Amino acid sequence: MLGREKFRSFLLSVLILAVFLAIWQIASMPSTGDQVVDEEYAKLVGSAAATGQKSSFPTPAEVGKKLFEQLSNPFYDRGANDKGIGIQLAWSVSRVALGFGLAALVAIPLGFVIGMSRLIFSALDPFIQVLKPISPLAWMPLALFTLKDSNVSAIFVIFICSIWPMLINTAFGVAAVRKEWIDVSRTLEVRPLRKALMVILPAAAPTIMTGMRISIGIAWLVIVAAEMLVGGTGIGYFVWNEWNNLSIANILVAVLLIGVIGMLLDMCFARLQRAVTYRD
Amino acid sequence: MTQGFLKVQGLRKAFPAAGGTGELVVFDNVNFEIDRGDFVCIIGHSGCGKTTILNVLAGLEEPTSGHSFVDGREISGPSLDRGVVFQSHALMPWMTVQGNIAFAVRSKWPDWTKAQVDAHVQQFIDMVHLQGSENKKPSQLSGGMKQRVGIARAFAIQPKMLLLDEPFGALDALTRGNIQDELVTIVRQTQQTVFMITHDVDEAILLSDKIFLMSNGPRAVLAEIVSNPLPRDRTRATMHHDPKFYELRNHLIDFLVHRSKTFAAA
Repeated sequence: MLGREKFRSFLLSVLILAVFLAIWQIASMPSTGDQVVDEEYAKLVGSAAATGQKSSFPTPAEVGKKLFEQLSNPFYDRGANDKGIGIQLAWSVSRVALGFGLAALVAIPLGFVIGMSRLIFSALDPFIQVLKPISPLAWMPLALFTLKDSNVSAIFVIFICSIWPMLINTAFGVAAVRKEWIDVSRTLEVRPLRKALMVILPAAAPTIMTGMRISIGIAWLVIVAAEMLVGGTGIGYFVWNEWNNLSIANILVAVLLIGVIGMLLDMCFARLQRAVTYRD
Repeated sequence: MTQGFLKVQGLRKAFPAAGGTGELVVFDNVNFEIDRGDFVCIIGHSGCGKTTILNVLAGLEEPTSGHSFVDGREISGPSLDRGVVFQSHALMPWMTVQGNIAFAVRSKWPDWTKAQVDAHVQQFIDMVHLQGSENKKPSQLSGGMKQRVGIARAFAIQPKMLLLDEPFGALDALTRGNIQDELVTIVRQTQQTVFMITHDVDEAILLSDKIFLMSNGPRAVLAEIVSNPLPRDRTRATMHHDPKFYELRNHLIDFLVHRSKTFAAA
């Protein structure tokens, strides 16, 4: 019965997509209205501008064509302002991976320490509470000023935005490890490092993974904005560049791909999360 | 030296009373000795501090005052010398049955090879009759099987003594009976010294050589130490035919129902 249910929901999804595309198509159809401009002017600019006023918003078919074009040659590189969308996405993903990875290296050990010690937790809590709500982009000028490199600054911004959910979740996960498991390792005289790796880490892993999943989502949200600011490469810069080119179709292609990559990242972490979750 | 293998002197546990005036004494002036190879059960109503006493012996809690010694050495913290079976079995849910026991074995003998550890673990899995469940996770086991793993884990480190905190409390009567029988067999084979908390009078009579009776808390004391007069080879199936069984049982129940309330420290 589950298979049937799944099939029906799939059918409904297809239907919703079809309706959406149809509305889009109608809304972006060329309006074949009467001549709306001055006759002199029409002569000057040619008939296309004067009569069949084409809506500037691309139709689904045009976006589809652009998408196909972009995906059939994603890695071309024709200079600074004309690179394939695959190259741009690779830049963004690698910045996210680097910033997120560095954040994990800091947040997970620090979260361990905070979670183990009430004293350190209480001492660091006010700092975390103040730093956490700061928009990561607010750090950008400071990063550019101190790091003096736009690429490093973008990575720093990713670092700073992905650190908080991981830090807080690790601390909570570690603090919430059941006392009986700690007692077992105490009666077995398990050495601190072994206890951390064999008992506390697996016990807190589901909570830590939840934090990592939230972090990677935020990092992927922030990278687009960060790249719009720092420029040069990346999907965020691509979107901004296509805006300057007034190529709405390319922007839509990028928006779609940003969504797909974000979904894939989330799916990876959902899978990791399942792998470390234990049933009690 | 088998006499006074475990010695407890003047044990007392108190907490600051709510409101900040005075203190709440859980138990006071608890003294006892357990000889090597003895099986001792401690019975008392909730709140008399049985679990605290066990935790002190395990080294997991500190008494407010008093001392306890195992094999002539004062208890100053948890130790591999004392195996603990927890009421809630306390297995690591992300490890298999084999993994849980091997974790304890490797803690005790960190230098052993994998083959040595595996062979040792298997021996104790066989002991509690869990062959075939080696690679199951605790969530796939019944309550009785989980507690068997807990028992195997405690025995596997071959401690000098075992501390059991109401290990069968959460089990149904049938399972409880079966595991009690297994425990009797294992303890008789291994000559383990055991200190066990229970609420179940029949369980205490079946298992223990001596039964410690605690008066009610607060300010509980060790009221009485009863030696079990039944022969050591008693079994669950036959012991209730022994006339001494009811005499002992009545004595224990009388204590729990009446005297535990009125017992005042001398």
